[in-house]
Amino acid sequence: MKDTQDKWLYVISSKHRLIDFNFADIWRYRDLLFLFVKRDIITAYKQTILGPLWYVIQPLFTSVIFTLIFNNLGQIKTGSVDPFLFNLTGITLWNYFKQCLTGTSNTFTKNQNIFGKVYFPRVIMPISVTISNLLKLAIQLLILVGFYIYFLAVQGDDLIFNLIYMWLLPLYVLLMALFGLGIGMLLSAMTTKYRDLTVLVSFGVQLLMYLSAVPYPLSEAKGKFPNLVGKIVEYNPLSQIIEGFRFVVINVGALELNKLIITSIICVSIFLVGLVVFNKTEKSFIDTV
Amino acid sequence: MIDSDVILKVENLSKQYRLGLIGTGTISHDLNRWWNKIKGKEDPYLKIGESNDRSSGANSDYVWALRDINFEVNRGEVLGIIGKNGAGKSTLLKILSRVTSPTLGTIKSNGRIASLLEVGTGFHPEMTGRENVYLNGAILGMTRAEITTKIDEIIEFSGCLRYIDTPVKRYSSGMTVRLAFAVAAHLEPDILVVDEVLAVGDAEFQKKAIGKMQDISKGQGRTVLFVSHNMASVKSLCTKAIVLEHGQVAFAGNVEDSLDYYLNNTMKSSTSLYINEEPNEGSDILEVKVLKKDELADAFGFNESVSVSYKIKVEEEDLSAKLGFKAIDQLERVVFTSNTLLSEVGITNQGTYTIRVAIPNSILLPSHYRLAIGFHIHKKKLIRKLDRLIQFKIEETGSGFETYQKDDMGCVLLDCKWESQNTN
Repeated sequence: MKDTQDKWLYVISSKHRLIDFNFADIWRYRDLLFLFVKRDIITAYKQTILGPLWYVIQPLFTSVIFTLIFNNLGQIKTGSVDPFLFNLTGITLWNYFKQCLTGTSNTFTKNQNIFGKVYFPRVIMPISVTISNLLKLAIQLLILVGFYIYFLAVQGDDLIFNLIYMWLLPLYVLLMALFGLGIGMLLSAMTTKYRDLTVLVSFGVQLLMYLSAVPYPLSEAKGKFPNLVGKIVEYNPLSQIIEGFRFVVINVGALELNKLIITSIICVSIFLVGLVVFNKTEKSFIDTV
Repeated sequence: MIDSDVILKVENLSKQYRLGLIGTGTISHDLNRWWNKIKGKEDPYLKIGESNDRSSGANSDYVWALRDINFEVNRGEVLGIIGKNGAGKSTLLKILSRVTSPTLGTIKSNGRIASLLEVGTGFHPEMTGRENVYLNGAILGMTRAEITTKIDEIIEFSGCLRYIDTPVKRYSSGMTVRLAFAVAAHLEPDILVVDEVLAVGDAEFQKKAIGKMQDISKGQGRTVLFVSHNMASVKSLCTKAIVLEHGQVAFAGNVEDSLDYYLNNTMKSSTSLYINEEPNEGSDILEVKVLKKDELADAFGFNESVSVSYKIKVEEEDLSAKLGFKAIDQLERVVFTSNTLLSEVGITNQGTYTIRVAIPNSILLPSHYRLAIGFHIHKKKLIRKLDRLIQFKIEETGSGFETYQKDDMGCVLLDCKWESQNTN
């Protein structure tokens, strides 16, 4: 046989380059991505009584609790904005991050059954989670809009929506998605071999929220903890995103463009690192999981 | 280009597995491996490892499930992959279907590979049959447009039309399997990998499934890699075959030669003679022989009687031990059992005995059989069990059944009492 056939459609090899994406492959499986998103949405609240109402109940109750504890009991100031609306705004975006992270961090262990039988680009799975969570985010944003109108019209509050920065909103959602997905993919790759991290995720996310300026404005943290804790909160990309989001929606906090750029860089880098590690893991995780 | 058109080429494929558990101990190996990688050295754990022999004890924590596998498949060929349990068949298929990656070596392919390793992957119980067809099809690599053109065909093949818009959780398990197989059977990859799917569903559906498989491999000229324990279906479906043994290719060739090699090879490891080299202190089997008249033999004519002679020693008094055997065919079916329990032979007192049993002639149909032998104290204790050591073959010498070779006629030809009466 002559070596006329050096053009192979594809080669499965034991040697991998560090960055080894097959974007054509992912594109070929775009229908699968769509169907996974559809599946997640269809089946999320099947056989529950309240169904999608759960999307509404959860942020509302959290906001009420936060308002009681942090603003009434803890005396955290939220400027001219009603503390409930302030909390609801932060929680809405935070929830999206949380759901992306927890939904993707167990990708390999949760799907080992299906991954163990068929090949498709594994990254489809976490991406589909991130996309289907957008629907939940949309529902929760509707609630936010509802309360916004309520406070504006019924309560007669003086709310300012920074219309000229509205273009930043999709960017913030995108950054949240990239960051959640990046960390989620990193964690899922690591949990294939060492399960310790799954324990960490559930309570780590909870702790992370308190470092991400969700129940308080960034200025409060900087004022009360000028040292280490304040710095951590300030440089946490999540607090920057949430702070920026609140700035656009209810005009609380400030927008610093250089910090936004740094945050974007961090989010994109985390996403890329996550993608590389995830891709490396997918090749043979089934042997260790 | 020469007439043969290589669609799949496997070169030096090897796969190493780590034995034992993953825990705190493994992190040191990981660190060591990582450190060597940084220094630009080879993975230190690749040098060690043993061939994959299930029964022998392991000295190392690593094992080669596959070692230096090389083969080529031409377009349109149906390649059978045969081997005993644990020979590496599933590992090979897993690598081919890209579920896991090889430790060493490469696979070069000129076509898309889809596998039917197990059907029904990704079925979601809450979704309807139709939704699941789309999802499952997409998981297996079809596009939505492709599924849409085939959906009627798929539903018809599955025979689940009535329930197609009902959630799959309301399906019986048989219906789920049918629907899942229907999706898989309508895949159109360049290379199809099939593993034991023939064992799904009821008899009627199995027949349908086998027919479909034959269509795929013969009618449509598709390249198929077929793994099965069922030698009959390998023989009827495949054109070429490779035999895997302890993770290595032991034989490659056309399907008849490969099957011969495989069957003879399992014969070779077990002969018509067994000598117990390390007998127990107490009572034990010392020797087993398969005899034709009085000579050792491993092949018998249909009309020849197979004799098995045992030499046993008894150390205890009043032992009341029993000796028995099962005859097992190639498809792992137990054909019959015989035991001294019902015979006059008593094994009670100290001494060495030679016990001989004759399997009557003209009963076992031509095939390969093995004996599983047990020496035990009735209802109390097993003294020794021997399996996969003694084998023999019944050759076709006039059973009159050679014309039915393709059909499964069972293993036993029973001389039943037939009567006829002319009743006008």
